Amino acid sequence: MKKYTFSSLISQFILLIFVIVWIIPTFGLFVTSFRDKDLLSTSGWWTSLITNEVNEIYRTENNESQILENNLYVIKSNLFENINKKKITSFGITSKNINEFIINDIATLKDGSKITVYENGDYIWTSEKPFENKKGKRIFITASSPPTFTIENYKEVLFKEGVGQAFINTLTVAIPSTVIPLIICSFFAYALSWMQFFGRDTLLALIIASLVVPLQMSLIPLLSIYNDIGALFNVSSKSYPGVWMAHTGFGLASTTFLLRNFIKSLPHEMIEAARVDGANHYNIFTRIILPLSIPAFASIFILQFLWVWNDLLVGLVFLDQVPSEIIITAKLRELLGSRGENWEILTTGAFVSMTVPLAIFFMLQRYFIRGLVAGSVKG
Amino acid sequence: MAIFSLFFYVLTGILVCILYYHSANFLLDYFVKKKSNDSSIRAFIFIAPAFFILIIFIIYPVLETVRLSFFDKYGREFVGISNYIWAIKDPEFRRGILNNLGWLLIVPTLCTFFGLVIANLADRLWWGTIAKSIIFMPLAISFVGAGVIWKFVYDYRGPGDQQIGFLNAIVVSLGFEPQAWITIPIWNNLFLMAIMIWIQTGLAMVIFSAALRGIPKEMLEAARIDGANELKIFTSIIIPYLQQTILVIWTIITILVLKIFDIILAVTNGQWQTEVVANLMFDWMFRGGGDSGRGSVFAIVIMIAVIPIMILNIYRHREEQKI
Repeated sequence: MKKYTFSSLISQFILLIFVIVWIIPTFGLFVTSFRDKDLLSTSGWWTSLITNEVNEIYRTENNESQILENNLYVIKSNLFENINKKKITSFGITSKNINEFIINDIATLKDGSKITVYENGDYIWTSEKPFENKKGKRIFITASSPPTFTIENYKEVLFKEGVGQAFINTLTVAIPSTVIPLIICSFFAYALSWMQFFGRDTLLALIIASLVVPLQMSLIPLLSIYNDIGALFNVSSKSYPGVWMAHTGFGLASTTFLLRNFIKSLPHEMIEAARVDGANHYNIFTRIILPLSIPAFASIFILQFLWVWNDLLVGLVFLDQVPSEIIITAKLRELLGSRGENWEILTTGAFVSMTVPLAIFFMLQRYFIRGLVAGSVKG
Repeated sequence: MAIFSLFFYVLTGILVCILYYHSANFLLDYFVKKKSNDSSIRAFIFIAPAFFILIIFIIYPVLETVRLSFFDKYGREFVGISNYIWAIKDPEFRRGILNNLGWLLIVPTLCTFFGLVIANLADRLWWGTIAKSIIFMPLAISFVGAGVIWKFVYDYRGPGDQQIGFLNAIVVSLGFEPQAWITIPIWNNLFLMAIMIWIQTGLAMVIFSAALRGIPKEMLEAARIDGANELKIFTSIIIPYLQQTILVIWTIITILVLKIFDIILAVTNGQWQTEVVANLMFDWMFRGGGDSGRGSVFAIVIMIAVIPIMILNIYRHREEQKI
């Protein structure tokens, strides 16, 4: 048996507080994205998780829909306009006493007509004289509303708001922007570790210095280079290949540094033996180093992929903000500006943008952590 | 259709890359039979792409930005240090610098502190792994996504209305007036910082967690036998042991905070006195058709703040190489 001391209880309590504070914002977003858009703007997401009591006012049909049944004038219909899962528990006919009657009771109105409301919202209103009211009668109900969730928001956001297209655009940016630096930097890192050439140490110092250079330093000159190239060949200065190269450039230092640390740690006897056997560096690299580096590749792939997926700045500067090129973070920022109060769109959009990082996080957490611990410095 | 072009784009990009290395090495083997030539030409083939990208995307732009900061808005005429003088007099820039200083003081400190506390607590509890996963999760989320998440938490409705923001719901249920959190000057900076702390604490925690496992068990047990309590062990053994780790985490988060941009742009866009330097820089890249002189000044301010960390990194790398 483990013994529970006072200090252990305190530790558990503190940690629990941290966990709750950390999970609630994301959880709230997740729940909200599945709620009905009218409901979520009038009640907090936490109310949607439990069955709630709600008080509402509805109006019956007016005299035009009355029918004659067994010598009685009858108006019958359903209070709810659209189908829902609310269950009425009581109703009232005056604002002073809104839960005067229980469902299935017969309420008698001042003019002698009788009205009954049922659990599912059906009502029957009967009178011996013809109805003359042009407006329907106000009915106050108390209903229990069970949690209801819908995927309507996702349909709207993905297909009408253009987030679906932005999602694909982001993949088009992110996959090459991860694979290309990985290929280029692995050769570079191998050269820095195992090949002899002039200026190797200087180059390494340059890489380490570049690790922390803020990418803001590169934006203005690069943008003008891109514009010049665009003008020279009479093409758009903003394109997917342009963004890949930019991400390759900004990720180069950290990717090279991490890969070099790994490749350098491989046993040098192995490489020397291969050299003696007559293998050239290209063969050593493809046959020996690459297969051994798969775990390191996985970690770095994840880091760079997440970085590119979550990036906003590079996507804003080097891509046009048009539907065929806009990336998902830029789309989200655009929605924040134009749909600032439509939380059903914002929460759903944000959750769509988080699906890929969260999937990677839950499936490949081990590699992700390994990469971060190996040194997460990025310019 | 969109999926198809995605595959097309992705495959072309990657194939071009692989083709270069393979054909260059193949040609080298084909034409140069002498083995002694292997090293230098092949080193060139291996290094060239990365080296050119490094020059074009990092080294040249850094130098060019320094030059542009002394030129007018089109980068044509030399204007001396007038861009810098303008910046010092600019109230937005002063506000940005003050805010950045606030960010620098608060965010790395709290992230490191929370990270250390959580790593310590979680490693001793049976449900610690789950707790760590939850704390760590925000690290995978984009700053903009986190901005949306927290803007929703801070959402404000008038005093009589039903609050849908979690923070205001708590405030109201405790009997206070609801507040429009992100529009209260000065304090709103703290609410924005909370977003960054929420994201980066996981990073600090993970690195601490790995470092904590490196502390020799015998040392901790010896201290316990000698009668030290947990708090004493924490302050006298764990903290001194983790000094290097604390420094590393501090510098990583400091660099991130210096460049903080996405959160501000998404949540307030610098309104209500939440301006920061990186956001000003982005703004001036496009404001009034773009002003490369002023934009460059802001970039350089960030760069100058980073230089001490850069020197520290190079120095530390040298020390590691010696061992």
